[in-house]
Amino acid sequence: MHEMSVAQSILEIIRQELGKHGLSRLDTVVVKAGRLAGIVPDALLFAWEVLTKDDEFDGSKLVIEEIPLVLRCGSCGEEFTSETNMLFPCPRCGEELGHAILSGREMYIEKVEAE
Amino acid sequence: MEINIERNILEANDRLAVDLADLFRTKSILCLNLMSSPGAGKTSLLERTLADLGGEFKMAVVEGDLQTDNDARRVAATGAQAVQINTEGGCHLDAGMVQKALAHIDLDGLDILFIENVGNLVCPAEFSLGEDHKVTLLSVTEGDDKPEKYPLMFSISSVALLNKVDLLPYVDFDLDKAARHAKALNKDIIVMPVSCRDGEGLGQWYDWLRKERKNKK
Repeated sequence: MHEMSVAQSILEIIRQELGKHGLSRLDTVVVKAGRLAGIVPDALLFAWEVLTKDDEFDGSKLVIEEIPLVLRCGSCGEEFTSETNMLFPCPRCGEELGHAILSGREMYIEKVEAE
Repeated sequence: MEINIERNILEANDRLAVDLADLFRTKSILCLNLMSSPGAGKTSLLERTLADLGGEFKMAVVEGDLQTDNDARRVAATGAQAVQINTEGGCHLDAGMVQKALAHIDLDGLDILFIENVGNLVCPAEFSLGEDHKVTLLSVTEGDDKPEKYPLMFSISSVALLNKVDLLPYVDFDLDKAARHAKALNKDIIVMPVSCRDGEGLGQWYDWLRKERKNKK
């Protein structure tokens, strides 16, 4: 639901970066979004399309790559990935509580392709 | 050509949030960001808290809502300063909105600032407001699976208040299950069952506020 704000923030950063490098035509933006970051890819793609329509980035491509959720067990320290948002029992010792999030919360622009 | 950027998308918000945190530190104000889905009882919790602790602390509220100033009026009726932010459809508060709202609040001598976020268990979690703690409310009528469905919100909150426990006899809500899921990614979260209607459990909430207020000094 906050994808419109996210798309606006991406646009601002890209304008700065292209200005810095003296570039003007944007081809592709690659965004990395953690599984827990609450980004719905379709909603972000739609927001991007709406915001860039008829402006300097019209026709540019937004690529969203998901970063998996990686946890460290709160009991035995095992690192594991969870594909679901259900309870997260550790595959080694079965602990369900207190896992640390090692990755999966990120939301950043990795790179752009521009001319 | 390819340019590596590696920039956090919400960096502009994060920068403003750091400024706000600095301001709260300088003024020695305990700031709490209150989040929940709509109707979980954030405003009722504030009405109770402001009335019951009004003699102990000087408190103010920033109210975030899509539309109307109903909540700000309810809160102001307790005598506390309240300022309303209407997001006009926006699903969360950001640090810039809070910064503007603070211009309408007298911060001198303020002990606690509550920010009541827009009712939503997803988006507000992403936007830091410079707060000392995030506090999430969940009402028992919403179902005990919510911490499981919205793990981010609970993973970053210091306190989870399980509200409306006076309704427990009428709903299938397992307090232990909700608490267990809330702790899956945050074993330190403090879970407090409360009822803002009849006051049950609020003593623990007030004691937590007193302790955090003291720590901030």
